[in-house]
Amino acid sequence: MMKKKLLALLTASVMVLSLAACGGDSGTTDDTSGTDDSTETTATAFKIGVIGPLTGDAAIYGTCVANSTQIAVEEINALGGDIQFELLTPADDVNDAETSVNAYNNLMDQGMQLLVGTVTTQPGLSVFPLTNEDRLFTITPSASGDDCIEGNDTVFQVCFTDSNQGMRSAQYIDENFEDPQIAIIYKNDDQYSIGIHDNFVAEAESRGMSIVYEGTFNNSSATDFNVQLTAAQAAGADLLFLPIYYSPASIILTQANAMGYAPTFFGVDGMDGILTAKGFDASLAEGVYLLTPFAADAEDELTQNFVTTYQEQYGEIPNQFGADAYDAVYTLYAAIQAAGVTADMSAADICEALIEVMPTISVTGLTSAGAEMTWDSNGAVSKDPTAVVIRDGAYVTP
Amino acid sequence: MRQYLKSMKTVTKVDFATYLGVILAFIIVTVCQSMGLLNRSMTGMLVPICCYVCMAVSLNLTVGILGELSLGHAGFMSVGAFSGIVTAMSLQSAIPNDLVRMILALIVGAFFAAVVGFIVGIPVLRLRGDYLAIVTLAFGEIIKDLINCLLVGWDENGLHIALNLDGTKSMSSLGLTENGIEIIKGAQGATGNARIATFTVGFVLVMITLIVVLNLVRSRTGRAVMAIRDNRIAAESVGLNVTKYKLTAFVVSTALAGAAGALFGLNYSNVTAAQFDFNTSILVLVYVVLGGLGNIWGSVVAATVLYILPEALRQFSDYRMLVYAIVLILVMLATNNPTFKAIFSRLRRKDDLPDTAGKEAQ
Repeated sequence: MMKKKLLALLTASVMVLSLAACGGDSGTTDDTSGTDDSTETTATAFKIGVIGPLTGDAAIYGTCVANSTQIAVEEINALGGDIQFELLTPADDVNDAETSVNAYNNLMDQGMQLLVGTVTTQPGLSVFPLTNEDRLFTITPSASGDDCIEGNDTVFQVCFTDSNQGMRSAQYIDENFEDPQIAIIYKNDDQYSIGIHDNFVAEAESRGMSIVYEGTFNNSSATDFNVQLTAAQAAGADLLFLPIYYSPASIILTQANAMGYAPTFFGVDGMDGILTAKGFDASLAEGVYLLTPFAADAEDELTQNFVTTYQEQYGEIPNQFGADAYDAVYTLYAAIQAAGVTADMSAADICEALIEVMPTISVTGLTSAGAEMTWDSNGAVSKDPTAVVIRDGAYVTP
Repeated sequence: MRQYLKSMKTVTKVDFATYLGVILAFIIVTVCQSMGLLNRSMTGMLVPICCYVCMAVSLNLTVGILGELSLGHAGFMSVGAFSGIVTAMSLQSAIPNDLVRMILALIVGAFFAAVVGFIVGIPVLRLRGDYLAIVTLAFGEIIKDLINCLLVGWDENGLHIALNLDGTKSMSSLGLTENGIEIIKGAQGATGNARIATFTVGFVLVMITLIVVLNLVRSRTGRAVMAIRDNRIAAESVGLNVTKYKLTAFVVSTALAGAAGALFGLNYSNVTAAQFDFNTSILVLVYVVLGGLGNIWGSVVAATVLYILPEALRQFSDYRMLVYAIVLILVMLATNNPTFKAIFSRLRRKDDLPDTAGKEAQ
């Protein structure tokens, strides 16, 4: 009997706790503990929000984006200039559109003025129309879908668009492999994957490349690829193009290895993160090519500084998503400097001013390979993607 | 008035209390909203809450009242969502009024979901056993894959529909004219929807759902349905047409799910078939089970609280879903707790006493 009473008490206390959490959301945001210890919060700081998958399938991306944003914000605040940032607690969207909209509303309640997000395309398609309506300046590190920026003047991308990635991949393969027999496995319920696939196929066809097999999978069949791999092998494919995220890619690599099929694997930016994927034998990723603008072992000072800081604070090597987010914050910094806006202005005023200056600024960052990134008024970035190959557990320029 | 209240049956009182509760909640929320007391995350959740309340109430009709397990309720929601979106988007130029289009979308969504529910139900509901669970489970997956292949566009010549079964077709194969709009782009789902769903429409839909379900349950049909649930052989022996009653309850349930889906679809600018997966079906089932099988107001409360909960738990950041799961388990334990049950039944008995006494006197 005693036990049951205890249980009832516990239930009641949990409910009260959740109600208290409910109240906390609507209240003031000054007490958010996540930001206090790390950033100097001044009255004139720009409030930056981050939305991304911090849990779930694509958590590696979201976590890295959140961490890297934190690093960039700390660095800029340490400069001690007029422009100070306050990073709101990053909002988790589990890579789900519905949750992402809720996360966005939650951040708006906290007085967000600038959004770094969303990390992935699908949630972005639901969030970006809202940012456009609210006139909130948005810079997405890695939502690469073409639809993300189309007809939406408040959203700018740091990553290249899917069409660009698909085209460049085909171009690279055509130039660097001799008469490849290409097989493609893509995810046909994911906008990102379809977008790259379509553009890859279009470019490959115009170049007269030979695509011998195209296999698809979807969210519910993302655990077994033996059918697709057997078919690709039977079709005589020696290059497997995988425009997908790292979690299914890690399964494909494992299963291909188990059946003794060893084509050249070629991924795009979603493949980034495969070396740190959970439960995956990273040695299987040896020799995998991927198209990415960022290699953590690059020699330049900017990259080295970033990677060292990241490793010190989080004990991991950052991936390209983190680098994109880092660049996104510096782009915000550059745009704010150019536009001369201040943190006491409303989000809408800041937004209009930043939209004006975005096409005029150029930023050198981690992901621009030493050159400069520029934006068109549509929101697409222009920079060069480079291909890397994985050797001894690290990205190397081939 | 007092006399009238006293003469009312307990179930009727509970029904009216349910209506009253929902109306009161609507009034309070609307007043708070107009006074600017509601924050954005709450305002943003209002329409989805209405959707999930409708979903839970309609699923309760199948699971609680009819006693059949449906594991593909999200599939009917997705049928409603996509047919509703197609309706609303293609009528954009013909009917500029958002409200009229929204209502039409709800009706069309409900209609298509009902048709699909009828087709699914007709062979299955003739059988004894858990076949509905198996078939709806499969249906949820099939509808997801079908919509993943579906291409729909609209131009001044009308609707263009194609099924991209072999992966070779794209939006260009629809042959839309320059003014055409692409509505459903296969696996990418419906992007660029007009977000025309409002809380008021959501509230009206919840009320309609409640009125339909509660009246159905208290009607002759509802009593027949419950008789079938409790003992099929006894029900057959008194001459009830089992398939007909089962099918009625199930189709009503799917139609309401379709309407809820249309409301949901028109609340987001991007909807994909993958969102309406098995997990969504189970989520709604969790609302129903925790609210109490056959308990309509329980579904309303459970759906509302459990939808808000993960958002309210955002402070726990990474441990959010963990805490959510713990709360679910605790609620389950608490509602099955004998002490609580005793308290509840004592309350109920007190209410029931005059009622049964009155019956005996007659």
